[in-house]
Amino acid sequence: MEKGKANIDYQNKVITIRGLEKSFGDFEVLRGIDLDLYQGENLVVLGRSGTGKSVLIKIISGLLKADKGEVNVLGCNLNTITEKELQELRVRIGFSFQNSALYDSMTVRKNLEFPLVRNQKGITRTEINTSVERVLDAVGLLHTINQMPSELSGGQRKRIGIARTLILNPEIMLYDEPTAGLDPITCIEINDLINEVQQNFHTSSIIITHDLTCAKSTGDRIAMLLDGQFQRVGSFDEVFSTNDDRVKPFFEYNFIQ
Amino acid sequence: MSTINKSPVPAAKKGPSFKTRLSNAFVTLYNINNFILRFFRQAFVPPFEFKEVMRQCYETGVRSFTLITFTGFITGLIFTKQSRPSLANFGAQSWLPSLVSIAIMRALAPLITALIAAGKVGSSIGAELGSMRVTEQIDAMEVSGTKPFKFLVCTRVLATTLTIPILATYTGFIALLGGYLNVSVNEGTSYTTFMEQVFEPLTFVDFVASLAKAIVFGFTIGIVGCYQGYYSTKGTEGVGKAANGAVVTAMFLVFVEEILIVQIAGWFR
Repeated sequence: MEKGKANIDYQNKVITIRGLEKSFGDFEVLRGIDLDLYQGENLVVLGRSGTGKSVLIKIISGLLKADKGEVNVLGCNLNTITEKELQELRVRIGFSFQNSALYDSMTVRKNLEFPLVRNQKGITRTEINTSVERVLDAVGLLHTINQMPSELSGGQRKRIGIARTLILNPEIMLYDEPTAGLDPITCIEINDLINEVQQNFHTSSIIITHDLTCAKSTGDRIAMLLDGQFQRVGSFDEVFSTNDDRVKPFFEYNFIQ
Repeated sequence: MSTINKSPVPAAKKGPSFKTRLSNAFVTLYNINNFILRFFRQAFVPPFEFKEVMRQCYETGVRSFTLITFTGFITGLIFTKQSRPSLANFGAQSWLPSLVSIAIMRALAPLITALIAAGKVGSSIGAELGSMRVTEQIDAMEVSGTKPFKFLVCTRVLATTLTIPILATYTGFIALLGGYLNVSVNEGTSYTTFMEQVFEPLTFVDFVASLAKAIVFGFTIGIVGCYQGYYSTKGTEGVGKAANGAVVTAMFLVFVEEILIVQIAGWFR
């Protein structure tokens, strides 16, 4: 279950966030977030529901705009980026959605081909087939290639969602609740897959979760989001060696109950 | 012991004020305007999604084909039947084909087609895009570096704009067929004579106006359906609202456009 050693380059930051603030109406979700993601690192963001974890990765992927602060992703400042530059940047970022967000009307093959065909001009049919089969093989679901998303289980859908992002060889992976709603065995498989993606595709990842098993087995570093700010950042043991009443229940619920 | 003084009649829930509603209406109008401009900015710029446009054209046509055939035929038949007594009072039954053709080709064919398409196609577009929005499929397209607006909205709007004029023409001929059946049974008019009388009162302006109407109706149904679905919120409730909003708004706009185009066509006659 413990995570193996990853090749992290601590000299190279792929994401830098300073003083990030985001509100929805009167509700301040993020209140001055500072964050660095190093190349090759898996950073787990923990926090209660509604604390803005998903909002954070949506800002990183350009789906939402920050109210204040600086967000720098792969050398691009999201405050000053043009629409065209953002589109190019997005190809370098993979986003795995909580509900997988597979295109209902397309087969698994079409789901995977969709971003590939639209981002790589002049790609041949053979190259498309090779890429699709390669990523499906990487997630262990080559046999589902002609199935519709409605015919897949929750765990399979998650894997296909990850495969769809991997097809563009992203440098950064953003996982939104990768193990939510899955049985424990499938959760372990997804955790292993996240680690395999880190190793084999050399990605840097932000993993949003409140599943501590997932956090422990995938995270090189844990960041605890409390009251709109990262209150505790460090290794799993460092984050949870505290008597803070806002942190302790996470550990107790996941490992003692 | 204290008692809680409960009013027997619950206080009426206050809705938004007139000022808020008015300002919301202007915001919506502004957003729709931007949506339309975005369509024109993206629809005619490569890369083109020919395959998806063709697929949507097929979907639009197939979804409405049976209902349009049935409704068109019945409309022509009933309209002819109901008009006969009035003309018979003046001994003018022979004008029946001309009357039917003017009514059908100038007004009924595009209008009936648009209303059916608003119900069948508009609601389906609203629900489909609404569902894609709430299940984050549109966001997924966006973060994978593709343009969901171009793939989802432009293709559907182009498909309705191209298909509804074809369907309207088809409705016209099917309705005339219904009219012919009635005239043929009652007056024994031959097909050739009926068709000669049908086309005699129609002018070039009638055909152009009818075609223009169908194009405008098709564009409206596509844009309204896509707008409602694309900006759908609030989960499954939002999907229902998007589908309903697509039908109601499109039908309302179709009637407004009908009045305007009839007025404009009148100036050229």
